[in-house]
Order: sequence, then structure tokens, then C-alpha cells
Amino acid sequence: MYRSIVLVKQVPDTANITGNVMQEDGTVNRAKLPAILNHEDRVALEVALRVKDRFGGTITVVTMGPPRASDILRECLYMGADHAVLISDRKFAGADTLATSYVLSEAVKRIGAYDIIFAGRQAIDGDTAQVGPQTAEKLGVPQVTYLEEIVDLQERTLTAKRKIEGGYEVVRAALPVLVTVLKDAAEPRPYSARRMMTYKGARTLMEIEKLTEGNPLLYADALRHEYESRDLFIDTMTMDDLKLDADRCGVHGSPTKVYKVESVVLAGGGHAIVEPTRDGISALIDRLMDDHILG
Amino acid sequence: MTTTNGNDVWVFIEQRGGVPADVSFELLSKGRKLASAMGGRLTAVLFGNGIADVTREAFRHGADETLLADHPALRQYRTMPYSRLLTGLVRERQPRIVLFGATIIGRDLAPRVASATRSGLTADCTDLQIADVTYLRKTYPQLLLQIRPAFGGNIVATIITPDNPVQMATVREGVMEKHPLTEWTEGTVTPVPYTPESVDDLVAIVEQHREESRVNLKGASIIVAGGYGLGTRENFALVYDLAHALGAEVAGSRAAVDAGFIPPERQVGQTGVTVRPKLYIAIGISGAIQHRAGMQESNKIIAINSDPDAPIFSVSHYGIVGDAMEVVPKFIEAYKNKLK
Repeated sequence: MYRSIVLVKQVPDTANITGNVMQEDGTVNRAKLPAILNHEDRVALEVALRVKDRFGGTITVVTMGPPRASDILRECLYMGADHAVLISDRKFAGADTLATSYVLSEAVKRIGAYDIIFAGRQAIDGDTAQVGPQTAEKLGVPQVTYLEEIVDLQERTLTAKRKIEGGYEVVRAALPVLVTVLKDAAEPRPYSARRMMTYKGARTLMEIEKLTEGNPLLYADALRHEYESRDLFIDTMTMDDLKLDADRCGVHGSPTKVYKVESVVLAGGGHAIVEPTRDGISALIDRLMDDHILG
Repeated sequence: MTTTNGNDVWVFIEQRGGVPADVSFELLSKGRKLASAMGGRLTAVLFGNGIADVTREAFRHGADETLLADHPALRQYRTMPYSRLLTGLVRERQPRIVLFGATIIGRDLAPRVASATRSGLTADCTDLQIADVTYLRKTYPQLLLQIRPAFGGNIVATIITPDNPVQMATVREGVMEKHPLTEWTEGTVTPVPYTPESVDDLVAIVEQHREESRVNLKGASIIVAGGYGLGTRENFALVYDLAHALGAEVAGSRAAVDAGFIPPERQVGQTGVTVRPKLYIAIGISGAIQHRAGMQESNKIIAINSDPDAPIFSVSHYGIVGDAMEVVPKFIEAYKNKLK
């Protein structure tokens, strides 16, 4: 039996960026982007599910993000996660990796005892790969990054294969440990139809409050209990719930600032146009040979 | 030499099996310039076992001082002892800047140390500069400008760490150029004591396998690179055909790697390898800034793309607008004819 926590992130689908998503202050208007579950985080959940399939245990998925990040938590529930937690607060906006890892580590402490924390190696919107190790550091647990495969899990020892420069190494880590997984570590399973039917109705506190707006017959508290009793409540934590230090959250807690953002000005017109014909290409090759670029 | 407290630039020297990584010396060469701009010292930070000879190389690349921790337990990189040791040094000596290679080791170590010391950390910078900065109506002298492409590739962001004492950044191998000095002096080697603690052994290395990479993009004089625009793996074979004809190395964009057209070790760009070949031929590569960051220093660039507005043309010397499936075979044929 292993208690797992999986850290996930909702990311803009950078493969499908359209429109003007950059704001004047240099931050990203995420509302204008299609948002998806970061793929390596999905793989992390799959690796956690395989541990659960084999050894039993529980899986709690956690994300920090805007209210609509509940979408990816529902997707994690469809895959097989047992519990989901949304950490959301306006005061978290503009967080860099240091502030993010502070909030995540405090949320993990609140969730309780765990054996393994899983996360994707990095998220496609920043590619920093920093939040995993920074969260591990704040929790005072060791880390195994760039995980390719869990080789074995016995009692309190995880044996894992991880990527290193030009090869791999096998390491033995004492639990509790935080691991970050590479995208090829496992093929994520499809959603279970049965679980989709069940959990499509899972709601966060904000979503429940929205349901009660303008409906005098509904009380948020009562409704919340209703969702909790049906196991459809997505635990929701704010800065106050976690008793966080405001100076370590969001913009205030982020030592790195975006000072300047420049659209890339393309010089254009600086290149010679070569006709896509036999003659055009032949002349280009002559030129390159004359310049001793081609031999 | 006069030293100004708190203006020091540190470079973490990465070694694998006692062999220092190229990126560390590239960073020392860059660090030399940054330290000079700030009137500070350049310090190489080196952990390992029996690696004292690496310190010479560090001095040859401009280091004033080497902080050397030499201990059998430090022979191979492990997160816990390395991060514990470096965190202690940063706390104690308060450098102004700490640079790491954006390698697997650097990306494992730097965030851990940045978190423990609550320092700012910027990943995968493509340029670093020192400048006086006015931010939110406050003036900060001699800040590190950490420049990196961001977000889908249409912007370049300059990141600063205005209010924290230590600014940290990682840089990919090949992005900076290394300049060994012709005239240099042996600097100070300062031994750093290492005392093992039980937390250091929470993760133990059972075995390691390393293969010499057969791919040498950095050393190639001609590179033929393909992108997502080629559409299929079958079409991508054209890239290999042309490379074979020219005696070139094959490379690809991140999108081509993600699509499975080409293995990741052949990726050129911000999150791949940075190259400066004599000739770079980009086929079906639109030229997002992340890709351009990895190849725009090439001596000559030919772009082949069906979209005349593709950004790749902006960094090209020769542009061929056309269908790669038609252009590339003509290129191969024309080249073979010249050799006859």
C-alpha cells in the first residue's frame, strides 16, 4: 500500500497557439488559450496508477491554478485518481517556480502522509523542470528526476531507472521521495467510461458556489456536503485555508520578474531568393562550392 | 586584486566520471565577462574526487578562484550531497550570480539550491548581460539580464531578479562560446570541507551506463535539418538522403522530434543542441525562435519551405520557396552532377 500524490498542471496547448495571448506586462493571458493537462504530468499519473494497481494504495492529484484548472482534475479522476485537490487563489497569480513550489509543498503537508510524490519532469509552457525539485527541497525529501522506469518497489525502497547524460543510471531511493517522470516512462491509459460517468459531476468549491448563485433554494454549504457525501467534491484550498505567508505567494513571492518582452522582429528580405528549379538550385550549389562551403 | 563583496560570479563545474562538461567552460568564458562588468571575481565551483587537474582548465577559462570539494562520496553526482554542499557555500559566501549548465545534472541541482536559498532561477537562457535596470520606478545597479525565448516562440523575455541577493541561471550547452585564454595565471584553490551526513545516502546509485554519443552535431560542418512541415516519417527520409549525399549530419526541430521523425539527441534549438556549422539546410522548418536560437549563428543557412512567410527565411542567406518533396531531390541530383 503506497500513498501517492501526483502534481499536475494545466498548460496552454502551445502546439495550438492562436491570437494575441501575450499581455502588456509580459505575462500570458491563459484565458485565451486552449488548456490541457500537461502530458508528462499525465504520464506521472499513469506511473502512479501502475504502482497502485500492483501494490494497492491511494492517489491524490493536486494542481495549483485558476478555477478552470478543475477540468484537468476531472480528467485525472477519469483515469483513476482517488482524490483531487485544487489550490486556487487570485493571490497566487504571477507565481514563478519558487512561489509555486512553496504553495504546492504547503498543500502537500496539509494533505497528510505520503510515500511517493509524482510529477512530470517539466511543463510545456515554461520547460523549466524546476517545480519538482523545488517542492522536494521544501518538503525535505530526496528526489529522483528524469525517471524512465520504476524497476522495483519493496517496503520503503524505490528502485528506479533514470536518464543521465549519454545513458542511464539505476538508483535506490528511500521513501518518502519525489520523482519526476519523462514522457516515455509509461503510456497513459484512456479514460474509463464508467469513471467518466461518475466524475464528470465532480465539482470544486467555486463551482458549487456558482451553482447556488441566483438560486435562493440552494445553500453552498449544504450542497457541498451533498457533493462530499457522493464523493464528488474536489477539495479546494485557498491561501487562507493553507495559512500561507502572503509574501511567499504569487508575484510577491517570486524573485524572478519579467522585465521586458519583445516580439521577435524578423529582419526579413535579407536572404537571396533561389528559384525552386533545377537551374536555380544548380546555381546555388555553384556559389556554395565557390565559397568552399560545399566540397 | 581588489574584491568587491557580493559581486562574485560562480560557475558550477559539472564533471561526469572526472571529465568536465564543455558547457562549464563555456559558462566560465561568459562568467569572465559578467564578472569584469561588475568588478567582481569569477569562481569555479568543483565537486568530485581526484579532480584537482580540472582546476587548471577552470583557470585557463578565466576563473580567479576554485572552490574545490574533493571527497570519495562526491565522485559521482548525487542530488543530496551536492545540493547540501552548494547550498551551504551560497549561504556562507553570497555570490551575486550562480550559473549552471542546463544539463540533466544542472537541472536537478540548480532548482534545489535556488529553493533552499530562496534565489531566483531562470532556465535555459540564450543570453546573459549585466545592466542597470529601472523596474517599478526603482533603480537596480548591475542586474543580470536573463534572456530567453518564451511562450510558443514568438517572444523573447528578459527576466530579472531585482530584490534577491543571488541570481541563478541555467544555460544549454553550446549557447555560449568558450574562449580559453592564451595568457592566464593559476588562481587560488580553496578547499571546501565535506562532512558526510545520513541524508546524503537517501538515494544511492546502483549502476550507471553511459555510451559515447555517436551523434556529434556540434562538430558537424554541414547539417541538414528537417521539421514538422515534412509531414510524415517517410517524407523525412529525404532529409537523410540529402545529408548522405552532402556528407552532412542530420538534425531536426523540436516538432520533428515530438512527431517521432528523428531521435531527441538530434534536436537543434533552445531545448536541444546549439550548432554553428559551415552550412545549415533547414527543410520544412517554420523557424520558431526556439529553433532559430540553436542555429542562427551558422555560417550559411539555406531554408527550404513552401510558406514564403515562414520565419526561418529571416535568418537565412538563401531561401527556396517550394515543396521540399520536389526541391530536395533536385538538390541531390544537381549536387551529384557537379561532382561528376
